[in-house]
Amino acid sequence: MIRFIIWRILQCVPVGLGISMLTFLMLSLVPGDPVTLMLGQHVSPQIMNNVRQELGLDLPFFSRYLQYVWNILHGDLGRSYIQHQEVTTMLLDKIPITFNLTFVATTFAVTAGVLIGVLSAVKQGSPWDTFTTGFTLLGISVPSFWLGMILQLIFGVIFRILPVSGSGGDGFQLQYYILPGFTLGFASMAMYAGLTRSGMLEVLRQDYIRTARAKGLSKPVVVFKHGLKNALIPVTTHAGMDFASLMGGTVLTEMIFSLPGIGTMLINAVSRRDYPVVQGVTLFLALVFVLVNLLVDILYAVLDPRIRYD
Amino acid sequence: MKLSKGSQFGLLIVALMTLVAILAETIAPYDPVQVVLKDSLQGPNFKHFMGTDLLGRDILSRIIYGARASLMIGVTATSISLLLGVIVGSVSGYYGGWVDSLIMRLTDIFSAFPYFLMAIIIMTFFEPSMISVFFVLGIVGWTNYARLVRGQVILIKVSSYVEAARSIGAKDGRIIVHHVFPNILSPLIVYTTMNIAGVILAEAGLSFLGLGVQPPTPSWGVMLSEGKDFIFNAPWLIFWPGAALLFSVIGYNLLGNGLRDRLDPRSKQGGESNGSRLVNSCQRS
Amino acid sequence: MGRDLLIHVKDLRTYFYTDVGVVKAVDGVNLEIGIGETLGIVGESGSGKSITAMSMMRLIPQPPGRIEGGEVLFYGKDLLKLSEKEMMKIRGNEIAMIFQDPMTSLNPVLTVGEQMIETIVLHQKVSRSMAKRRAIEMLERVGIPEAKGRVNNYPHLFSGGMRQRVMIAMALSCNPKLLIADEPTTALDVTIQAQILDLMNNLQQELGTAIMLITHNLGVIAELCQKVLVMYAGNTVEYTDVNTLFAKPMHPYTYGMLESSPKLELRKQRLDPIEGHPPDPYRLPQGCNFAQRCRRIMPVCEREKPTLLEIEPGHFVSCFLYERVKI
Repeated sequence: MIRFIIWRILQCVPVGLGISMLTFLMLSLVPGDPVTLMLGQHVSPQIMNNVRQELGLDLPFFSRYLQYVWNILHGDLGRSYIQHQEVTTMLLDKIPITFNLTFVATTFAVTAGVLIGVLSAVKQGSPWDTFTTGFTLLGISVPSFWLGMILQLIFGVIFRILPVSGSGGDGFQLQYYILPGFTLGFASMAMYAGLTRSGMLEVLRQDYIRTARAKGLSKPVVVFKHGLKNALIPVTTHAGMDFASLMGGTVLTEMIFSLPGIGTMLINAVSRRDYPVVQGVTLFLALVFVLVNLLVDILYAVLDPRIRYD
Repeated sequence: MKLSKGSQFGLLIVALMTLVAILAETIAPYDPVQVVLKDSLQGPNFKHFMGTDLLGRDILSRIIYGARASLMIGVTATSISLLLGVIVGSVSGYYGGWVDSLIMRLTDIFSAFPYFLMAIIIMTFFEPSMISVFFVLGIVGWTNYARLVRGQVILIKVSSYVEAARSIGAKDGRIIVHHVFPNILSPLIVYTTMNIAGVILAEAGLSFLGLGVQPPTPSWGVMLSEGKDFIFNAPWLIFWPGAALLFSVIGYNLLGNGLRDRLDPRSKQGGESNGSRLVNSCQRS
Repeated sequence: MGRDLLIHVKDLRTYFYTDVGVVKAVDGVNLEIGIGETLGIVGESGSGKSITAMSMMRLIPQPPGRIEGGEVLFYGKDLLKLSEKEMMKIRGNEIAMIFQDPMTSLNPVLTVGEQMIETIVLHQKVSRSMAKRRAIEMLERVGIPEAKGRVNNYPHLFSGGMRQRVMIAMALSCNPKLLIADEPTTALDVTIQAQILDLMNNLQQELGTAIMLITHNLGVIAELCQKVLVMYAGNTVEYTDVNTLFAKPMHPYTYGMLESSPKLELRKQRLDPIEGHPPDPYRLPQGCNFAQRCRRIMPVCEREKPTLLEIEPGHFVSCFLYERVKI
């Protein structure tokens, strides 16, 4: 198990290098001179050259890449062209909000999705099962930002029990994340429900389920102890990919619910062509995906003993 | 070919949407970009079935023209992805070896990043416009096609009839076109149908963020974006375009599901085929 | 049959309702097992052997299956009339079961110890540590080396034969009165088969557990069983003790079956297969199910169904050849 984890962590190193290479290339692809973009056109050539030297932009390509990696390793992701702030500082400021949002969304999606999936598999063919199938279709089809606005409409005008925008200031205040979390997690929940359902149907046909029943175990014990862990193995493989699409969704969700997180930061940077910020956010998100996939693989090994020993 | 009730419904929606998009000029009651300030923000009424927006434009007409934008982007971007993916995937699968390894690693890196985020980031380098959306959504969508095609090509490559074709001296290109393509057609059709749904959603998302289709061009994403500041005063501004979006995406998904069950009998046993899982997880915005 | 009966199945009927029609998988099976006795059930695949066992355990998936009638008397009490909760106390405790494929019958994500312990804790109401000790003891008893360490292993680390041993240990861990073994050796190598049969034989002598052994292998029957029940297309066709069956089979299907199986001592050049196929389970014939394949068919066989009658003491046959009264 330990060997598996170490091996899996080592595998992340080349991936990380690849990612840094791509994000580095990304900025090199930007049309125009970065110093001009940074300082504007009305600066004397003398100053421009100084800045260029200071940033190491006069160095050859490969040295610049090494410099870039070196900076990343020291937590330096460059400076925003527009806000003239360290990208790292900006990121650290936004991370808690996006983390809270994705945490609420994932928790909701996994628990509700798995539960709905299990129930519909156990009651295959019942009206509840039909409902779940329709619900799953709705989940993957509904535009999350529209769902968010409809929820705002319902809870902001009719019920008025939950805040419909903002993060409520510092710290984690759950009520501010309920609607955004639901909006963001809805599609994932539908996906988990669908995957759990088909996984569970497959598992319930297996011989070891019959063995468990023949031992006199009650139906809930059979389903949740003997069935669910097996059914979750295929579901887990999709968790990493699902998390990635969840991160894609944060951009829209943060925008609708006025949450100043990483998604909002990315959108602002993209629409204002603030390249270092786009680059920094991209790198950060890519590393998060690598990390999440690492965790998913470890979780996979924890669930399935057959993997651990290979 | 017999489709389930659900997919027949899906087919109906898709056909309806296509018809509306083609006949937009004929059926739209008003000019979708005509500003009539005195009619600003009217709720649904007899003159304007779905109401009007801030500039007094008829929402129904804009929805009708929006179908055209969605469909155009859905079809164009999907075609670009399809073309790229089929080329890369068949080359990779057919030649194998280092070509395959290199291409597959590239595909891995590309698809490690979520579709929608990647589209947003690439948009940094483009001026927001409909043409940019074509290309960007086309470019980010190729990886799953490449994988799908590669897998099928490898499967088919080793099967006996390709061996037979090669033994009578057929050229590689001919084998790919005549033997490989007919066999990957059904998974590709299924995947393409569902991918259109994903692209329609992504386009709406991009346009909503101001990175896609630009006003005043009527697009459902643009309409949602324009309506978002009036949710509480004029909820019909967001209701109609969202409903249109949901409806058409459901249509494509239902049709895709039906085609999958029809063309890929293995997936019927309560499970989902691999392709559709890929589809389901990539088509979200 | 004046013995102390452990289990007495009377006219058991289990049907499956599918889109295409009704399958009468078990259609009037009678059997009895005395305390500590071994009954073999033999028949072709699809003859309803496993469904009979599953029906006795009430593990038929519903829908599509349904037990349509009959009685399963266990110590005189009808299991089919028990509530699900009462039935759960019987399963794994009073009646345990092992299955054909040991590779798939153990849960891959739980240690073998956990799978044994949960059963013991459930039925014996003992602590987990007590249960674990019991599990190790049982594993040792079925011949798992280093049982103390192996108890914490996952099933994939055991070979097929070892897994079947684990299954047997698990099944016997609560001292059941009856062990139903559904083709326990079919999926194993021949050498391993013999070991497993020996093991079951020894354990039965030690523990006095009655065994209901389902198989299509007559050799296994001869080795292990005292009584034999022959099934054909969902019916009991013959029931007697093992010596009588081999010496003096009465039902045409039984001797057809005996002739079609290889025997060492006879060194026959050719085996005589039974001609034809079992009837379509969706459309069972009006008369005897075996009539179409029977070499001694009579007019009555196509009109009526025979009943199981005691032709000589302890020898039950369901065939018109012996129902002289009716002809």
